[in-house]
Amino acid sequence: MSKEIIKIEDLKRDFIMGTETVHALRGISFSIKEGEFVTIMGSSGSGKSTLLNILGCLDQPTDGTYEIDSLKVKDLSRNELATIRNEKIGFIFQSYNLLARTSALENVELPLLYNSKVSTEERKERAIKALEMVGLADRMDHTPSQLSGGQQQRVAIARSLVNNPVMILADEATGNLDTRTSYEIMSLFQDLNKKGITITFVTHEPDIAAFSNRTIVLKDGNIMQDYKNNKILSAADELAKLPKQDD
Amino acid sequence: MRLLNLLKIAFKAIILNKTRTLLTMLGIIIGVASVIAMLAIGEGSKESIRTTISAMGSNMITIRPGADDRGPARGSGGDVQTLTLNDYYVIKEKSELLSYITPVVNGGGQVINGSNNWPSTIYGVNPDYLNIKVVGLQSGSMFTDAEVHSASKVVLIGQTVVDNVFPDGQDPVGQMIRFNNIPFKVIGVLEEKGENTFGQDQDDVVIAPFTTVQKRILAIDYLNQIMASAVSEDDAPEAVTQVTEILRAQHKLLDNVDDDFTVRSMEELISTFSSTSEMLTILLVAVASISLLIGGIGIMNIMYVSVKERTKEIGLRMAVGGKGSDILMQFLIEAILISITGGLLGVILGLASTVFIEKFLNWPTSVALYSILISFAVCAITGIFFGWYPAKKAAALDPITALRYE
Repeated sequence: MSKEIIKIEDLKRDFIMGTETVHALRGISFSIKEGEFVTIMGSSGSGKSTLLNILGCLDQPTDGTYEIDSLKVKDLSRNELATIRNEKIGFIFQSYNLLARTSALENVELPLLYNSKVSTEERKERAIKALEMVGLADRMDHTPSQLSGGQQQRVAIARSLVNNPVMILADEATGNLDTRTSYEIMSLFQDLNKKGITITFVTHEPDIAAFSNRTIVLKDGNIMQDYKNNKILSAADELAKLPKQDD
Repeated sequence: MRLLNLLKIAFKAIILNKTRTLLTMLGIIIGVASVIAMLAIGEGSKESIRTTISAMGSNMITIRPGADDRGPARGSGGDVQTLTLNDYYVIKEKSELLSYITPVVNGGGQVINGSNNWPSTIYGVNPDYLNIKVVGLQSGSMFTDAEVHSASKVVLIGQTVVDNVFPDGQDPVGQMIRFNNIPFKVIGVLEEKGENTFGQDQDDVVIAPFTTVQKRILAIDYLNQIMASAVSEDDAPEAVTQVTEILRAQHKLLDNVDDDFTVRSMEELISTFSSTSEMLTILLVAVASISLLIGGIGIMNIMYVSVKERTKEIGLRMAVGGKGSDILMQFLIEAILISITGGLLGVILGLASTVFIEKFLNWPTSVALYSILISFAVCAITGIFFGWYPAKKAAALDPITALRYE
């Protein structure tokens, strides 16, 4: 049995809004093993974003336990959380969040800038390697404005890979992209997953979930469904099926 | 996080916003430049006063009759007749710290040579006078002690008097002139000294033996003042004390009675005028400092905008592992870089404008190293002070909120 990267038990998160307490997560439990490709689905208000924030160590649970790579994330200081984010997690956002007027290479180097153990030479080397993995090695001097949406998201994926995280956490990573480009990105995710990288993908698009090997559906702060996907679609095949673009 | 990385990030942010950064710097540049220029002007005028006074004889000590008390209805020094020739002899005999001493009597009058005449002042002194005032002779010679003793009718005249009563360019030495209708033989012409700092023409003088002036012109038996020269500039304050003691004893003043004379050294005069120009300097610097302060506020303003504008970037940096302290340092270093670069440019501009003021406005300037160091230090402090609050605000951002910020 492979190692558990994420272990969540009876996780609760309450928000106090004025006089009322909002229960965003009402005690959920699940774990994610190394090498899994999990999609977390749910409509808005399901607690999806709250879970994402906690998984990403941006937020702390009110109750319950959360372990990432056998590290208990509870009562940690802001700085300790930052270190976990830096070393264990790779973030991918819907709007890419690349630094404007900064080259792709420098964007990818960013997480390593905050890791004092990595030297300047190693930083550059690793960033180039990550860009090669997403197929953008020839674009490393380009700034985001010189790249298409899909390419920008690839740069963001390279950035999430550069620190060798235990898990990549993607938040609606294809939300801003057209179908073709989304499939390209999903195909890239599948390739990365095949190389053994654990991916957690938060989305509300059911067709994206079909590319993952497991889906967790949230509703009103509870887990509605948690199922293995027996018929994983290949994003590369789906891409081939799309009508040819004549551009 | 290593400092080098932070510097790189901050430098990059500055480069990406060149125009804005430059405009922000402008406040600091102008502030620093004006502080340096103003201090240079202040120092310059102070130095020029010092030079002029030193040229008048920096060891000089003057003893005037009358107390130097501040208050209403104070008689002018000339009206008081408490200083006598006897005082002069006693001081000359008893004080060891004076190298030269002369009694001085003076009065105004008309210098006449044929059809030319000129109003001037005659000073009755002894031969020590030239050494005290540090003035040489253009031609002729000084009168002797013997001539003082015999109250000879000989005079030395300054260049202004020469120009006015000998307009034809004829050599005055050996000529006869009249001062208030008393004939005098001109035996020498004083070296030209020009105007002093206070705008007084130092060449508009007639010098004669004090005995002559006392008896033949003014018909008085008291002295207007006694001038002396301390052995050295350093000894001047001590000499002042000594002379004061001698005169108090001589005038038989009791302990509870104020001096009926005033002893002053040039040093005091220098400090009096220096303090005036110092006041001016302080005022100028205060005004310049305000512009520096405004420059600092400009930095704070821009840093605030920058933090607001880059909220999302801050969120991202935090998400990928940037700690609060990293973000704080990033913005702080940015602010410091702006202020220090501005400071450097300000120093350059300040020095340039100082040269300009000196060359084209003919205003004496003197750049003190400390003024550069101070304004530079102020710059760095300004950067830290005004950069701190926006940076702190950036560091305190919640990464979730910052990431979602649009």
